[in-house]
Amino acid sequence: MTVEARLGTVANYVDERTGGAAWMKKNLQKVFPDHWSFLLGEIALYSFVILLLSGTFLTFWFDPSQREVIYEGSYEPLEGIKMSAAYASALHISFEVRGGLLMRQIHHWAALIFMAAIVAHMMRVFFTGAFRKPREGNWIIGIGLLTLGIVEGFLGYSLPDDLLSGTGIRIAEAIIQAIPVVGSYLAYFAFGGAFPGEAFIPRIYTVHVLLLPGAFLALITVHLMLVWYQKHTQFPGPGRTEKNVVGYPLMPTYMAKAGGFFFIVFGVTAFLAAVASINPIWLYGPYTPGQISAGSQPDWYMGWLDGLVRMAPPIETHAFGHTISWNILIPGLIIPGILFTGMALYPFIESWITGDKREHHLLDRPRNAPNRTALGAMSLTFVMVTLINGGNDIIATHFDLSINQIMWGTRFGVLILPPLAFVITKRLCLSLQRADRELVLHGRETGTLLRLPHGEFVEVHEPISPEKAYFLTSHEQAPALELPEVDGRGVKRAGVLRNKLRSRMSVANAEAIPKVSANDLKEIEHH
Amino acid sequence: MKRLSRYRRHKAAAPLLLFFALLTVGATFSVASATTSAETTSVDRSVQIEEGRQIFLKGCSSCHGINAEGAQIAPSLIGVGAASVDFQVGTGRMPMADMSTQAMRKDPIYNEEETAALAAYVATLAPGPAIPGESELNFERDGSTAEGGELFRNNCAMCHNFAGQGGALSQGKYAPTLMGVEPKHIYEAMVTGPQSMPVFSDKTITPEEKLSIIKWIKAAEKEPNLGGASLGRVGPVTEGLLGWVLGLGMLIGVAVWLAMKAR
Amino acid sequence: MSNEIEAIKDPGLPAHVHRKADTDPKAARRAERQVATMFLVSAFGTLLLIFSFFFIPDDVFVFIPIMGNQNAHQLGLGLGMAISLFFIGMGAIHWAKTLMPDTEVVAQRHEFRSPDSDRKDFVSAVKEGAAASGLGRRSLIKRSLGAALGLSALSPLILLRDLGPLPGKELEKTTWKTGTYLVTDPGNRRIKASDLEVGAVAQVLPEIADPEHRKLSDIAKDAVLLIRLRPQEFNLESDRLAMTHDGIIAFSKICSHMGCAVALYEQQTKHLLCPCHQSTFDVTRAAKVIFGPSARPLPQLDITIDDAGYLVARQPFSEPVGPSFWERNSQ
Repeated sequence: MTVEARLGTVANYVDERTGGAAWMKKNLQKVFPDHWSFLLGEIALYSFVILLLSGTFLTFWFDPSQREVIYEGSYEPLEGIKMSAAYASALHISFEVRGGLLMRQIHHWAALIFMAAIVAHMMRVFFTGAFRKPREGNWIIGIGLLTLGIVEGFLGYSLPDDLLSGTGIRIAEAIIQAIPVVGSYLAYFAFGGAFPGEAFIPRIYTVHVLLLPGAFLALITVHLMLVWYQKHTQFPGPGRTEKNVVGYPLMPTYMAKAGGFFFIVFGVTAFLAAVASINPIWLYGPYTPGQISAGSQPDWYMGWLDGLVRMAPPIETHAFGHTISWNILIPGLIIPGILFTGMALYPFIESWITGDKREHHLLDRPRNAPNRTALGAMSLTFVMVTLINGGNDIIATHFDLSINQIMWGTRFGVLILPPLAFVITKRLCLSLQRADRELVLHGRETGTLLRLPHGEFVEVHEPISPEKAYFLTSHEQAPALELPEVDGRGVKRAGVLRNKLRSRMSVANAEAIPKVSANDLKEIEHH
Repeated sequence: MKRLSRYRRHKAAAPLLLFFALLTVGATFSVASATTSAETTSVDRSVQIEEGRQIFLKGCSSCHGINAEGAQIAPSLIGVGAASVDFQVGTGRMPMADMSTQAMRKDPIYNEEETAALAAYVATLAPGPAIPGESELNFERDGSTAEGGELFRNNCAMCHNFAGQGGALSQGKYAPTLMGVEPKHIYEAMVTGPQSMPVFSDKTITPEEKLSIIKWIKAAEKEPNLGGASLGRVGPVTEGLLGWVLGLGMLIGVAVWLAMKAR
Repeated sequence: MSNEIEAIKDPGLPAHVHRKADTDPKAARRAERQVATMFLVSAFGTLLLIFSFFFIPDDVFVFIPIMGNQNAHQLGLGLGMAISLFFIGMGAIHWAKTLMPDTEVVAQRHEFRSPDSDRKDFVSAVKEGAAASGLGRRSLIKRSLGAALGLSALSPLILLRDLGPLPGKELEKTTWKTGTYLVTDPGNRRIKASDLEVGAVAQVLPEIADPEHRKLSDIAKDAVLLIRLRPQEFNLESDRLAMTHDGIIAFSKICSHMGCAVALYEQQTKHLLCPCHQSTFDVTRAAKVIFGPSARPLPQLDITIDDAGYLVARQPFSEPVGPSFWERNSQ
């Protein structure tokens, strides 16, 4: 039997039991648009699969217990040292289990890449406006995945109970303890008593290998189903409209490309795990609260939080026999809470400003949404500044600087640089729009000089193709919202302040260089 | 010469000439600033002490005072002991090249005899820690690596980092890396507490415990990086950087290739 | 405004450009060979992994430029795995790019909004079902259901009560009491005042009956740092000065900010630096915070010596050590 005939038999077999022939055919022929930036989410997805696979391997040897043991393994510098069974089992995986260290490193590198890909993917979705209706829900799920990812990563690298990650747990406990009214109770419940206790590692193990992966699986499934069902967005261009999807079918092209990309992600992760040492827990030593290493910080995706905590002013209020540590609560809980809530609600905020309630399936080129792009640049700048402060001691030792200078620099920087980034980015976007307009009106500068018969030198401009002209002008330039203070009958509207704010933001949002129209082109031709 | 001049307008001529000029200047400088050869000193102690005093007056007194009593810019050396001098001069920290935040380890200006003479002189000023002898430094025999690691993490890692790579102190000061430091100098540093480093008394960290610490440091130095190239042994900062740059970078590279149309 | 101005027209999908492998059979065969080669390289990678796993002992080191001495076993395993996976991917992608159809396909989107009749039917179905349940009419059922469900939500919370004990006054107490000896950490040896030179530090714990089995939860509150200065270098109130002994001062090593061990003592500036968030404490002024996010100085331990000269605590800490909490009553 040929391959085709065999496949036909299988299809029949399944259809007779599910009635799924039409559904399967439709989905095998589903069209996916092609752009490299659409693969960022896939990097995150495949990293998740790699985390599941490598993580399962590790669970076969890891002992999530804080029971004290004396080390009897092969690593001499820790011989006879007291440590938790968790740490000892992590050492065992690293030194005695063949492939164990490789798997530990694949797992940790995959986690770093997972978070990096989520952030890169989130930025792509944000800058291209892919979160707009009907994809608001998927955006919220994405922010949820980002948040859970940060927690999952933190819990994961805390499992081996080494000096560095134990210090991180101490910080986490201090944040819990600082919560007003219930803080000390929550901390005692989380840790089964005083810090560090013996309950924390076993409990976070359950969260890390069961509860959060379960949550991830559920959320990722919904996330993917929404993409599948709502169809992927696409960049504007010739032949692409709000009512179609242009690309390649799932079978065979996308199966091969996307399936192959899984192996690429796995291969690159394994490559990193082969050539770059990560989290050498045997060098850190086991966790004990009396010890600490210079240059202690969390993994990068929490580095910005650490930077915020470091730069916080030393403010605590003591009143009526109670203490509130603003220096911990503000950078540790309040600011992240505001940030992530703002991020989650952004699609609704933007549609409130623009008044746009339509579906969008064509993406924005970032330059054509200057306000949004500038806002994104502002957030990125904020994260970068706080991240730098999170590593200020490492930066100081390597670049001969002073941690005090970096701290003060970032304290001011975090307030000054993001607005500056906003202004600069917005101006850059408008300049790019201007450049696009020039390109459409006058064509591409070829660099070739031509001397005209009467002696004038001109540069030859090559007109751009109609496809490119369409690409550069197919975007929408909606005017600002009209929110009159009084309605048709002269009665003042409710919510004046809100509308004023909305109106102002709408005007700022609508600022753009007018795109070239067909009329403009005709005028040029007659010129 | 005529053959060479044919190439004077060659496009490699200028960079090549610049390179050779720099080479010449650099070589001349290092030869000119090289240490002068030592005069042979007799084993006689008083001669050594007098030699030390002479070197001190010439090279140290301008900051530390004629009688080593100290001044605004340099502390008193009375009572610091031979061990301090052996450490500071032997690691090249003293004489201090520039008045920056702290003295850096660099190539010593004085050779071994001169350093010993200086140490002998300073030891006469007042009683202080002595230079440990060879037999006192047999860390391989007398130390325990595992115990040394525990002691290191308790007493040293907070400044020098868990793997002895060094760390930041306040106002631009730093605890230097412990890699490539002679065992004698590590011992002397613990005993004398140079600059920002505190003193670790022999009663709180016994000489045997100090040897264990040295044994652990040497073991950490020799220990190969098991899982791949070390990223500096400084923790998550360099790991995160590599994850973004190499990890995500390579993956985006492949993604761009994947989405490109084939020829 | 954009309605009145005519936009530039959509020229439609650009003409399909054929790949070399589409038209030239030799190019197609070349692409096929390339894909096959990649798959073969992957197979080699797997063989390298298997070989390294079984046949390279784990104490062999090879020198790789830039990377330094690498463990051959680990490197073989890792590179083998990386190559075996990576080239399956490369082969599959190259195959798709060069040989699989690359004509762009257009699929239509359908509006999500259902036809109005469907929406009406849905709404009325929900309304009818809700009415049929009787929930709207029967307020007794509604109210009692609300009470039952609300109350039942309490059960899981109550069941979690035994996650941990109540903190009580535990956060305010340490092992330190009047007469507790200061011992070295590690080593558990008593310390005489004369053991410390000026400029010396010592890591210290309270002496307990069974030092071999100290609990980490106790160390997390008991750890103390002993520092010796010259008495004249102190800038303390008389009550704090009385808690020192001949230039020796003791502080809780647990940072008052978030609990890391504060032990970076800068001998020349007399500052203590916490490496976690760079809180800096001035030892000469009873660990007053001079930089960084910590809002409180480190608690000072009242020390003196016994008849034999050994350092002892004169009384427990006068305030809770470590990070702040709601019930902390700071003076």
